[in-house]
Amino acid sequence: MRLCSKYIDKALFYVLVIFFPIILYLVFVWSPIEKVMGPAQKIFYFHVGCAWVAFLAFFIVGIYSVWSLIRPNINSFITAGVSAEIGVLFTSIALVTGMIWGKTSWNTWWSWEPRLVTTGILWFIYVAYLFIRKMDGPWQKISKLSSVFGIVGCLNVPIVFMATRWWNTKLHPIVFGEGKNETGGGLDPEMLLTLVFSLLTITLLYVFLMRKGVEIERMRMVVKNCKNEIMNKLTIRED
Amino acid sequence: MISVIRDALIIAGKDIVSELKSKQTVGMMVIFSILVIMIFSFAFDPVDRIIRNVIPGLIWVITIFSGILGLNRSFVSEFENSCLSGLRLAPVDPVSIYLGKAAANFIFVSIVQLFSVPLLFILFDYKLKGSFIWLLAIIFVGTFGFIIIGTFLAGLAANAKNSEMLLPLLLLPLLSPLVIAAVQATRVVIENESFGEAISWIRLMAGYDLLFTAVCILLFEYILEDT
Repeated sequence: MRLCSKYIDKALFYVLVIFFPIILYLVFVWSPIEKVMGPAQKIFYFHVGCAWVAFLAFFIVGIYSVWSLIRPNINSFITAGVSAEIGVLFTSIALVTGMIWGKTSWNTWWSWEPRLVTTGILWFIYVAYLFIRKMDGPWQKISKLSSVFGIVGCLNVPIVFMATRWWNTKLHPIVFGEGKNETGGGLDPEMLLTLVFSLLTITLLYVFLMRKGVEIERMRMVVKNCKNEIMNKLTIRED
Repeated sequence: MISVIRDALIIAGKDIVSELKSKQTVGMMVIFSILVIMIFSFAFDPVDRIIRNVIPGLIWVITIFSGILGLNRSFVSEFENSCLSGLRLAPVDPVSIYLGKAAANFIFVSIVQLFSVPLLFILFDYKLKGSFIWLLAIIFVGTFGFIIIGTFLAGLAANAKNSEMLLPLLLLPLLSPLVIAAVQATRVVIENESFGEAISWIRLMAGYDLLFTAVCILLFEYILEDT
């Protein structure tokens, strides 16, 4: 089992090493340049991938939160936490790339558009979740508290999306159309292929980071337990 | 079921009686909400017409900011003399503790609104154009949702040492859909005589309230389990 997971890690690592140059080639050389936005549109491939992983990671947090309430164990506690940490990273990247892209194509850094607002709120929920995990106390207690918040946060995200959508259509009509690059689903086949490939690569990167993160957290747990044991032995000897 | 509600009413009664004795929390909340109105009028020129556009939002800003002050106290005050352990040891369902606390908080926040909302209208010389009953309904539904999720998260945050700082961080992102809906509905009702557009916002708030009432009741026992 141990050996098998080691091979999976290695395989994932080499796949990523091969995929990343390919994705860079596909994005910057192979895929056609968009007519209206020009080369700035290239950020789209990374932006969509990161946004998708941000929401996926939060979904995973939700699932593991439910699971660790039903059956509390250290593994689901660790997995939910690592997923949230990676989620913050990808949400931040999605927000920053989105802002850069927005500046070039909409000529504004930020618009109060449903997808942007939802991603922003998602970021805040993630950070709040991580703050709960930083509380003092035994992991069983933290696990319960953070799981409860994870579930409530997960339920909140679709409601935020609906609310901002209604809010904006009340104020002004949807300007940017469906589909982020204004083509409304009419992507060029080469662009589509690049997009699918970048989604796949970034999702694999997420899986790889998850596995590494969980491993590191487990090692941390082991070290912490050893430390406690040594401290206990030392105090007993002093007595 | 009936016993759960009866216990909840007893716990809410206990909170209200202790508040009547000290009068500290509600008093501070009222003063704080007035201060927020003052600060807002410094921030936006009160003579200017622009302030009129901000009033629907201001109602909810003062409700939420002063409400958070009270919510912070509702569980932290129980730590004195280990009262929370006493509550948990009492033969009551955890849900009753939650509902009781929520009911007491709802009453406190409503008292604050009773002072601050009319004052807001008086200070800015604002006249209500729409129907008064609908405004009350919107304030009721919005405040209900705020208290439901607020009391729940106050219980959660009370486990931390820095709960006063943690609570707004947890609460505000979750409140965002409710705030959007409440502000829009309030704007429709106080600016127009027709309230047709407000109904879809009220529906959204009611859906939010129902969903989170159910979720919070289901999950509250996990929060209280081993504090």
